[in-house]
Amino acid sequence: MTRITVNVDGTSYTDDVEPRTLLVHYLREQLGKTGTVVGCDTSNCGACTVHLDGRSVKSCSVLAVQADGHEVTTIEGLATNGELHPVQRAFHENHGLQCGFCTPGMIMQSIDLLAENPDPTDDEVRLGLEGNMCRCTGYQNIVKSVRAAAGGAK
Amino acid sequence: MIPAAFDYHAPSTVDEALALLAEHDDAKVLAGGQSLIPVLRLRLAAPEVIVDLGRIEELRGIREDGDALVIGAMTPHHAVETDALVAEHAKLLALATATVADPQVRHRGTIGGALVHADPAGDLPAPAVALGAELVIAGSGGRRTVAAEDFFEDLFTTAVGEDDLLVEIRVPKHTGWGAHYEKFTRVVQQWSIVGVAAAVRLDGDSIAEARVALTNMGSTPVRAAAVEQALVGQPATAEAVQAAAAQAAEGTSPPSDSNGDAEYRRHLATVLTRRAVLAAAGA
Repeated sequence: MTRITVNVDGTSYTDDVEPRTLLVHYLREQLGKTGTVVGCDTSNCGACTVHLDGRSVKSCSVLAVQADGHEVTTIEGLATNGELHPVQRAFHENHGLQCGFCTPGMIMQSIDLLAENPDPTDDEVRLGLEGNMCRCTGYQNIVKSVRAAAGGAK
Repeated sequence: MIPAAFDYHAPSTVDEALALLAEHDDAKVLAGGQSLIPVLRLRLAAPEVIVDLGRIEELRGIREDGDALVIGAMTPHHAVETDALVAEHAKLLALATATVADPQVRHRGTIGGALVHADPAGDLPAPAVALGAELVIAGSGGRRTVAAEDFFEDLFTTAVGEDDLLVEIRVPKHTGWGAHYEKFTRVVQQWSIVGVAAAVRLDGDSIAEARVALTNMGSTPVRAAAVEQALVGQPATAEAVQAAAAQAAEGTSPPSDSNGDAEYRRHLATVLTRRAVLAAAGA
């Protein structure tokens, strides 16, 4: 076991973990933050995307020990005082989901994309979300949601 | 899936990391982990010891050193693709890096990890060869420098020994050169079926110098020397570039797999080389 201290969604946690523990399993099973989901288990689908020190990463491809001393933000840490994050609200208002399984990862990656490019074109949104898959193939409304969130941020 | 159990070490200096590698026979080096962690998860590898380079600050960053850029092996792809020095002096490397996997992977994955992994379909070996990069390897006997053309030895095999670390990538400045990386895939986020890295220096309307290297046309990146020689002194026109690019597959031994057979790849190499050189020349 290795002792780690990680700030997750604004709260500092100190835990003993096996070095082989993936960050996504630490979040879900040790901290109970099941908002972050495991989709493909092969690094392709992006459903498990979280922010590590403010940048998007696939939490199935990061060891929990690598996050020691760092800050993690999950989909559960976005809303403040019961108010949805603007990107969450845009997905809600534009029906940017069908079954909803890819949504946590889509929203986390969209926030990263908008931080780097605040007013993306449709093509730039699609390219920026290339690491996230929607197996309902509901991409049209996902792109619409991200564009709406960009407009709302102006 | 969950990786098999291993002992984990996170040294804070290169010397500590080298000592750990010398001490343990079955140790794997963890850089950004974007290839290794999936491999561990699938249990294609189950090393007893992991040496994580993530806490070694001296391995990160990009600086100038005379006629070269020096990139620390643990510099993430995202930092390379957005760096002003790389954009000015080694644009080919920035363009190729921007095609690696997806944004999340580029936030974690590192230039050194990708080069030492040496996947023949990976996008960084070809630009490293095209730009004549030098790779600085640290081992128990000190540091040595290996040219990119000698660094890649075979599939997933480089000049980095089991107890060595790649510490720096030295890229000769190609200031003012045009560049393009042409990557062919069927779907986004896929490995290159074939890729072409091209950099050209124009003198007026004609090509004064050219560097071209190919991704996934063999077990290691291939320098398209015949194309380079044929381009020198030619005008940067579609006809002249097409004639030179027709030699792109010479001396290659591409794989046959579910994405295409070797003959298909040889054809692709000529087409993509034409596109890459023309785009690099701004034509």
